[in-house]
Amino acid sequence: MLELVPLIPALPIAGFAITALIGRRLGKRASVIPVLAVIAAWAISMAVVYAVLTHQEPFGEAGATIALWQWIPAGAFHVDIAFHVDALTAALLIVVTTIGMLVHIYSIGYMSHDPGYWRFFAYLNLFMFSMLLLVLADNFLVVFVAWELVGLCSYLLIGFWYRRRSAALAAKKAFIVNRVGDVGFALGIMLIWSQLGTLNIGEVIERIGELDSVVVSLIALLIFAGAVGKSAQFPLHVWLPDAMEGPTPVSALIHAATMVNAGVYLVARTGAIFAHAPEVMVVVVAVGIFTAILAASIAFTQTDIKRVLAYSTLSQLGYMFAALGVGAYTAAIFHLMTHGFFKGLLFLGSGSVIHAVHEEQDMRRMGGLAKKIPITYATMAIGAIAISGIPPLAGFFSKDEILAESFKNGFLWVWAIGLLVAGMTAFYMFRLIGLTFWGGFRGPREIWDRVHESPAVMTIPLILLAIPSLFIGLAIGFPPENGLLHGWLEPIFHEARELLHLEHHEYQVFGIDGALLVASVAIAVIGIVIALRLFGVEFPGLRGQARPEAVQRLSARLPFPYRASLNKWWFDELYDLLFIRIGGRIAAFLWWFDRVVVDGTVNGVGVLTTDAGRGLRRVQTGRVQNYALGIAIGLIVMAGSYLVIAGR
Amino acid sequence: MPILTLITFVPLAGAILIAFLPRGSVGLVRAVALGTALVTFVLSLFLLVGFLPGRPGFQFLEEVDWIPAFGIQYKLGVDGLSVALVVLTTTLTWISILASFGPIKDRVKEYMISFLILEVGMIGVFVALDLFLFYIFFEVVLVPMYLIIGIWGGANRIYATIKFVIYTLVGSLLMLVGILATAFAFQAATGSWNGAFDYEQLRGFGFDGTLQLFAFGAFFLAFAIKVPMFPFHTWLPDAHVEAPTAGSVILAGILLKLGGYGFIRFAVPLFADAAQTWAPLIIVLSLIAIIYGAIVALVQPDLKKLVAYSSVSHMGFVTLGVFAFQEQALQGAILQMINHGLITGALFLLVGVIYERTHDRTIAKYGGLSERTPVYAVAFGFFIFASAGLPGLSGFVGEFLTLVGTFAVNPWAAVVATFVMIAAAAYLLWMFQRVFFGEVSEFLKGIGHHLEDLRPVETLTLVPLGALVVVFGLVPGLLLTLVQGTVTAMIGDATAGNAINLAFWR
Repeated sequence: MLELVPLIPALPIAGFAITALIGRRLGKRASVIPVLAVIAAWAISMAVVYAVLTHQEPFGEAGATIALWQWIPAGAFHVDIAFHVDALTAALLIVVTTIGMLVHIYSIGYMSHDPGYWRFFAYLNLFMFSMLLLVLADNFLVVFVAWELVGLCSYLLIGFWYRRRSAALAAKKAFIVNRVGDVGFALGIMLIWSQLGTLNIGEVIERIGELDSVVVSLIALLIFAGAVGKSAQFPLHVWLPDAMEGPTPVSALIHAATMVNAGVYLVARTGAIFAHAPEVMVVVVAVGIFTAILAASIAFTQTDIKRVLAYSTLSQLGYMFAALGVGAYTAAIFHLMTHGFFKGLLFLGSGSVIHAVHEEQDMRRMGGLAKKIPITYATMAIGAIAISGIPPLAGFFSKDEILAESFKNGFLWVWAIGLLVAGMTAFYMFRLIGLTFWGGFRGPREIWDRVHESPAVMTIPLILLAIPSLFIGLAIGFPPENGLLHGWLEPIFHEARELLHLEHHEYQVFGIDGALLVASVAIAVIGIVIALRLFGVEFPGLRGQARPEAVQRLSARLPFPYRASLNKWWFDELYDLLFIRIGGRIAAFLWWFDRVVVDGTVNGVGVLTTDAGRGLRRVQTGRVQNYALGIAIGLIVMAGSYLVIAGR
Repeated sequence: MPILTLITFVPLAGAILIAFLPRGSVGLVRAVALGTALVTFVLSLFLLVGFLPGRPGFQFLEEVDWIPAFGIQYKLGVDGLSVALVVLTTTLTWISILASFGPIKDRVKEYMISFLILEVGMIGVFVALDLFLFYIFFEVVLVPMYLIIGIWGGANRIYATIKFVIYTLVGSLLMLVGILATAFAFQAATGSWNGAFDYEQLRGFGFDGTLQLFAFGAFFLAFAIKVPMFPFHTWLPDAHVEAPTAGSVILAGILLKLGGYGFIRFAVPLFADAAQTWAPLIIVLSLIAIIYGAIVALVQPDLKKLVAYSSVSHMGFVTLGVFAFQEQALQGAILQMINHGLITGALFLLVGVIYERTHDRTIAKYGGLSERTPVYAVAFGFFIFASAGLPGLSGFVGEFLTLVGTFAVNPWAAVVATFVMIAAAAYLLWMFQRVFFGEVSEFLKGIGHHLEDLRPVETLTLVPLGALVVVFGLVPGLLLTLVQGTVTAMIGDATAGNAINLAFWR
């Protein structure tokens, strides 16, 4: 079974290579090879995942490693290309390959009219390879390689419609902002190697206790910097909303379900390092929960359907980091999995909506679509209920677990903010559903007449994603804190939790846990009810009119929060001022300095020499006496200086 | 068989042959030039195969007395670093000659002769083990490059080429003084001229501290101008902008490496104490070059100037890695030299491709180019990301090894240098976006149908470079084992040195 593991990333990279070379000539058949490659990778992954989770040989409890080749043999610095598979890898493999496969299939329909069809599938395959390399690698530097490669794919896919200036700008922004975090990650890797002489993740975790606590904190902070970039947390969150310029399947796969989880995965994988640096864990919590509430507040007023989902993704990722920071590792991975499925579903659903209304993304020109596109509507509604945290759907279990563990591990403030965010999430999700699917259509009449449900190749992936959105929480996360997933991941996080002195205690349905559960559900219901009152509802047996005038009155009564939310708290403007304007000034000044001062000095010396030459020409008199005098003076000076120097 | 002499002087034979060809038969001149370059390339591959990386010291030694009165010899020999740079030279030379077929239509004969003589000089520099001989080759390189820029260059070529020559000449003349000073000191100490210019004799001779300080200073200036290090870099953008495409390729690919090679081969091993003394200053200058070059590249309006300033930034890694005196850092620096030759060479070729079609390199005039020339866009994008240090391609390994090695001895220097990751992505991707993305610009619409995608010949010049960039990215061990001997030797020499107390200045 272990020998099959290298095939998982090898298949998509082969698909990429073949498609890149001959895809242009294949026309509409260009998708065949990439899609088959990903389906095969999924099948192998599932077999491997089953073997890992049932502790078959050679995986056992600790997982197993397969080495391929020595990549960098630079004396004491050597890095192997090797894959390590354990339960955490397995959890990520499930998410990445399943959603990856469904997105590939969905794209056959979604991208069918695009002239860059083959290019799209080539990029998608390259992304699958990079992402799988990221979760399989057993070495920090190889993770970093994959880290940058997924960034490259993200760049290529955001800028897929490169003719559109906004897409080109968004792609560049994503790559550069990610690089800011990557600087931290790279420095972290350097620090680890200089201290421990190895970059093998397992060895580093084993020996991290040898190091001085300040150094460990620094390592943890630097790794976290990388995670903040890739998972778009404050203050590097600005690239993700713009990334919605990419085709919608990309938003679903890369910018919701897989790549943006890389930061969460990395921090979970190195949980033991963070556990040695409790003060850094507080930073993780703070950044996570702050991003969660910041993004949720922006999602309130956005009108672009994909941007609402993008801010929602930021917010949910914030939850995951908060979970990691309070030591609820399993809950974080749990939420990563459930979020991957329901957010992937919501994005693909939004793609189906956008397709149906002819590439319109503004919800102000939608409405009433439930009747016309029932499958999209039903599946998206499931996604919305799941993310809002209504039992027994997937999101409820994972989110409740994060909130409950924050509370029980002593982070009351995290629990309180998290609870508020849960209510906000439920609100903006049902605002989205209401604006899109209920009420009357607000766009042009001729578009309404042509609104149609997407083809089966797109709706079947939606249905297949709706199933885990409904049941995965119940399947792997029930009973709370004692589900299947907890059994799988417990050995991985055991050490970290022990370091943090986190006892595993009995789940008390009629005690603290039950009370927290009721609070979670209650706030979600409150959020939904407010949304339904404002934006209408058309559930069977439950009907309500939208009240746009009430929304307007509310916005007018809260002018500052409204404007702040609408303008995304002015982060883009601030960064534009700091880095584009002021940074540009500095660059322009340095170039001036280069031309005028540095080069000016060089040219000045040159001019001086020619002038001096012109002056010295007069010395060349042609009279031997003058030369003899010069030679004599020179000799005296030389002899004199020799005596002075030698005499010292 | 004296293979080193053969490799060095086959191009000269080709140049002489071309001199006797009739001026009119341009095709024949081109064929002979390319043939000569290819023969030299194949010979250098024999050298590569025959070289045994495991053995210490120099291989394929050739020793003949030249000026016995002063102990000057014709002495050649190679170690792993020289072999790598010789093969880089022969590779880039045939690629450059091939790339010149289209653009160079005027005085083809003289151009090819200059190019082949240039190759003699470059190879000679890398194989000479006698300091005087090294100096001769070092200067030989200047003359053909002076002509290539001055005759086949752009509008402002005379200013650029004179600046290039005088600047470099100032450095190399100082180096000559340094060479003579060490020879005199050697003669004074041993009482004999025997070996006074012999690298293997002088290495580890242990010169007097004061002499070291000044001789190192002279060598340093010569090589720092070549690299070029901040603040001696301003000749580079001018020279690049005016040089013809192939001239830029060789300038960036090989000539800048003479500086890095000089540091590793001569300046550090001969004057280890002085190198230790000056190292902090040189590291600071390297850091300035890395960051400053990248920031200035950001605002360049001209494609070639942008690549030129990116060279300043990239070569900063070379000097940083050398003067960290740490194994991984030096390995990274050497890799960076090779990779910069491949990647920046390719970028200049690519700029040349579009310049030949549009006669304009102003970034602002472009836009939406990938619409018109998709294959060219892919090739450009590939080398852009290679230049930005994308892992999996060769640039990353060199930069990362330099950084991790530097970090181990001087964390703050590594921290500063690492930030270039952001700036590099910024200037490269911004340029790429402005040239290739968006709507097709008015300027390009005006060019219209003349805008042809990559031609087969152009593809042929780029594919070998791209392939090497991938291979060295995935299997950097190929290069690392080759240069291991050089690395161990230089680190040994450098760490044996003690920083000289500079108290006497006061």
